[in-house]
Amino acid sequence: MATLLEQVEADPGLRPAVVGRNPWALAARRLWRNRIAMAALLLFLVIVVLCLAAPLYAHNVAHVNPFPPNLNGHTVVNGKVVPVMRQGGGVLHLGETPIGPTWDPNHYFLGADSLGRDMAALLLYGGRSSLLVGIGAAVLCSLAATVIALIAGFFGGVTDSLLSRLMDVIWAFPVYLLAICISTELLTHSNGFQFGPLHVQASSLWLPTIIIAFIYVPYVYRPMRGQVLSVVNKEFVEASTAQGAGNLRLIFSEILPNVVSTAIVLLPLMIATTILTEAALSFLGVGVQPPNVSWGTIIQDGTDLIYTRPLVTIAPGLMILLTVLSLNVLGDGVRDALDPRAKLRVEG
Amino acid sequence: MLTFIVRRLLWTVLVMFVITVVVFIIFFKTPGVDPARAIAGRNPNAQTLAEIRAQFGLDRPLPVQYGLMMKKIFITRDLVSYSNQGVRVVQEVFAATPATLSLVFGAAVLWVVLSIGVGIAAALLRGTVFDPLLMVVALVGISAPVFWVGQIANMITQGTLHDTFLFSWVPPLGYTPFTQNPALWFKGLVIPWITLSILYIGFYGRVLRANLLEVQNEDYIRTARAKGISERRVLLRHSLRTSMITFVSLFGLDFAVLVAGGALLTEVVFGIHGVGYLTWQALTNLDLPTIMATTIYGAFFIVLINAIVDIAYAWLDPRIRPT
Repeated sequence: MATLLEQVEADPGLRPAVVGRNPWALAARRLWRNRIAMAALLLFLVIVVLCLAAPLYAHNVAHVNPFPPNLNGHTVVNGKVVPVMRQGGGVLHLGETPIGPTWDPNHYFLGADSLGRDMAALLLYGGRSSLLVGIGAAVLCSLAATVIALIAGFFGGVTDSLLSRLMDVIWAFPVYLLAICISTELLTHSNGFQFGPLHVQASSLWLPTIIIAFIYVPYVYRPMRGQVLSVVNKEFVEASTAQGAGNLRLIFSEILPNVVSTAIVLLPLMIATTILTEAALSFLGVGVQPPNVSWGTIIQDGTDLIYTRPLVTIAPGLMILLTVLSLNVLGDGVRDALDPRAKLRVEG
Repeated sequence: MLTFIVRRLLWTVLVMFVITVVVFIIFFKTPGVDPARAIAGRNPNAQTLAEIRAQFGLDRPLPVQYGLMMKKIFITRDLVSYSNQGVRVVQEVFAATPATLSLVFGAAVLWVVLSIGVGIAAALLRGTVFDPLLMVVALVGISAPVFWVGQIANMITQGTLHDTFLFSWVPPLGYTPFTQNPALWFKGLVIPWITLSILYIGFYGRVLRANLLEVQNEDYIRTARAKGISERRVLLRHSLRTSMITFVSLFGLDFAVLVAGGALLTEVVFGIHGVGYLTWQALTNLDLPTIMATTIYGAFFIVLINAIVDIAYAWLDPRIRPT
């Protein structure tokens, strides 16, 4: 007489229909089924791919190098050779006006900026910096906040108080003012920032990345620490301790996997925030430095051309808007898919 | 309650102290940066540098340097700007405050009224196409960079449509004090108010809607419904009240941050000479003493408002009062 188990093993039809899935697979499936979030992800990826393709566009389609000024250059519009900068095209018929959009992908598709550089190519290159700084800062910030939250939540007591109070202090500064303080202090030095063996050029994209990452650490730290505190006394941690696991093992293989979903939920929203911050700082002149361009610096450049060539302002702003919007929508989707408090979630 | 207040105030003082230390480290102890050169602005001469070294005691022990900085900012208030012909910066900051307050107050009125409207409308219209539509519009508002919105607003109201009846009333960019000409003060601030409030209308509208829907399952809401109160009245009288707790605490913080320099981008775009504009000008002139002053006073303001909000809360709701 075969046991029930053996019968089930022998007959595939009797196997249970429900397959065990890990929570990540479940979350991924929920996200996959969320059409709006997937559309947002697609939009974001399209923007990323377009920006990554900036050199391809500049070299093979527009045939320009968008970085050096091109004040005396010429281009072809409707078969005629015209100068890139036209004399006296402004409101008061003074100064120089760059060429407007030609809508011809080979010749100044979106016109030129105040230095006669190809706007379309600049826009894509600017996107590279904006995305690089934004994503880099968000990732750095989340990593730092997670490590600090793990240390604070796991060790508790004095360590926790000290770290949490330190975060409170950083959070007490107005975000932009703190960023401006640090940036100006570092940018006053034209030959960059020296810290021991580390040397960062003043024009390096690392400076805005690190500054933006730093100012948002407390923002990620608070929810992360809450999560750590909520699992640190759970039975499975106790069980692991009883098996003789050391602190490092407890932190990284017991607690971390249980709190990392919070960091992942926050990541798209953090990238949205850091991209906006980068744009603001670059607009103010303390973010991305020349020769690099970013969407923020292009908008800054467009200030003087706003009444004659509004596209120089409109285009990069729209790119920021679309990128940040897609990340915000995606972030909502990721939160819905991963939210551990699913029962509290409001379906709408 | 008294112990709570004393404790909270002691904590506030401690945070303020640490803030000044952080600012001190950023401006005087950044590795690889000579503080005298940084403070002196662009192209300083040797005489200015020597003067700064003596004034800030840069060759003296650390606590003395810190003390001198604090004395210049808070006691003698004679911190001067080297990039801007020796203007006294602390007085400058205080003179710029009314413009910032005008901007932030008006925007706050707009955003509180409109975001409550958006939140309630979305919650009431739940299940129709208007709720997701409102939320998408709110999300667009959150995602647009505020300085860009300001630039576009300028482009429309100062350029393209300025000569039409729609925007011919908009005065040129800049700020007119209320005491000088109230009508012009108001006209000049309408567009900046709208620009600044867009982000917050979107954000608060979304938060309020989520809160309103979240408390729908609470017992007291069920009780209210069981008593036969209309759905609309339940929402406005019962759900809204609880939801306003989050709203008000968020508001306190955001308001403080904006007054303390967070409205910088709007001020710069519209040429409103407030605290943020001052900071930005200092930034373009590499005028570090001014930035030092705005940062310290800004952070102090935020910490103070936080303390006041916390104490007011504990006074209003004993459940929040920690012992």
